[in-house]
Amino acid sequence: MNKIFFHYAAPQNFYGLAGRLWPWVAALASALAVWGLWLGFFVAPTDFQQGQGYRIIFVHVPVSWMSMIIYLAMAFWAFLGLTFNTRLSGMMCRALAPTGAICAFLSLWTGALWGKPMWGTWWVWDARLTSELILFFLYLGYIALTNAIDDTRRADKAGGILALVGALNVPVIYFSVKWWNTLHQGASVSLTQGSKMAEIMLQAMLIMAVAFWLYAIAIALYRVRSMILMRERHAQWVADLPEIKAQVKRTSP
Amino acid sequence: MSAFWAVVQRDLVLAMRRKTEVITAVFFFVVVAALFPLGIGPEINTLRLVAPGILWVGALLASMLSLGRLFAADFADGTLEQMALSPNSLSVLVAAKILAHWLLSGLPLVLLAPVLGLQFDLTEEALWTLTIGLLLGTPILSLIGAVGAALTLGVRGGDVLLSLLILPLYVPALIFGAGAVQAQMSGLGAAAHLSILAAMALVAAVFSPWVSAASLRIALES
Amino acid sequence: MIWNSAADFWAMGGYGFYVWGSFGVTALLMALEVGWVRQQRQRALVQVAAESASEQGLSKDWQS
Repeated sequence: MNKIFFHYAAPQNFYGLAGRLWPWVAALASALAVWGLWLGFFVAPTDFQQGQGYRIIFVHVPVSWMSMIIYLAMAFWAFLGLTFNTRLSGMMCRALAPTGAICAFLSLWTGALWGKPMWGTWWVWDARLTSELILFFLYLGYIALTNAIDDTRRADKAGGILALVGALNVPVIYFSVKWWNTLHQGASVSLTQGSKMAEIMLQAMLIMAVAFWLYAIAIALYRVRSMILMRERHAQWVADLPEIKAQVKRTSP
Repeated sequence: MSAFWAVVQRDLVLAMRRKTEVITAVFFFVVVAALFPLGIGPEINTLRLVAPGILWVGALLASMLSLGRLFAADFADGTLEQMALSPNSLSVLVAAKILAHWLLSGLPLVLLAPVLGLQFDLTEEALWTLTIGLLLGTPILSLIGAVGAALTLGVRGGDVLLSLLILPLYVPALIFGAGAVQAQMSGLGAAAHLSILAAMALVAAVFSPWVSAASLRIALES
Repeated sequence: MIWNSAADFWAMGGYGFYVWGSFGVTALLMALEVGWVRQQRQRALVQVAAESASEQGLSKDWQS
């Protein structure tokens, strides 16, 4: 087991593995998305309270979960990278960040579009939406920091520390925002208030969540390959890659 | 331990030679506290309601302004490297620098806040809650800010980047600090809020010097 | 089939703007992200190939 772990910790080996994996992950993500959307739009019935508008949960809840799961994954890779000083861990952490930020943004966007017809306002300062907003800021901070530092290894490590500090603070932030919210708002407005979700709705939502998860993994694997190419570009194994040789042929006179 | 106090003394002496920097940050707090009423309107009942939030946010921003110079000067002239190479634990030396920073940037805010609070017609008890809250909270701002300052050391656009990085992390302190005053004003009592602030300050005091030192090493070795 | 017609489907019981605004922007951002990573890879390939070619050219010069 250790052997496999250390084998793929080398960028050269992971490059190949990621290259073989991502198409399958993407295909599975697409299949699940089609299935989930089918269930969500053509099988799940109309909600008694929210009419057809509730169908937004099939995208809102998955991206919200993903924004948190991706941040946890980043913290995991950050921890690995800082403890073992592996280059690949830092790359995986950075490869996940853009997708996570997009998920956080989509969570806020779809939340607003759900909130407007349901509660009449584009934004409510409820605990979960406010925490999601702060999570979005944490993502932006990470991306800004890693982009601002030119030295790649320093950027990786500094980003790693930031990701870990952020991850440890997220529960504190959530708890404090929840406290802040219950003290200032009488009746709490919950995103899943009222109707208990029908079985089929829950099923569709979970399928969509897994689909988004696989999408995030596929994108991260694809992205990290480009990062490996750039960082290892002076290595012989990169020069020997078929795609590099093909590109050289294409551009040479 | 003597190294700790030596660094504190050194930082204080150096800052005294550049008094304007310290005073400017404090004046910023005063100006911000005056700006909000100008933007909101002179209705005293409204101002009394929003005072805790305004004063805390003002303290936050003023504290953040001064973080840039926590490590920058020592980084530029090589002192930071000497500190990292010295036999003393870098965490201890960083803790000393943070203490000096708080004495220069945080403590003045704590002392000024009740005076500014009078402009918002806060009661005596509310002013006490505000002051104690800031006394517990401004160290948290210095401690968390130090991590951000260490991570952005020498990075271009570092000051603005620093704000983006640590403002989300400041949110809990802001919520409980301002919340304490609001709880006191509404008769619920601020004990719970202040206890939580104290707990956060303790946790930050334990972890921040170590994390900041690690971040500094990352910045120094590149 | 829960939809009586295609028009009903698009209208989403009056919530069409919100539902399709959500799914639409999500699909758009995902498509943009896919395009972005592909462009990133293309740029990486071009740059690595260019440096590799010049390094090969250099080493050939040394040999001759």
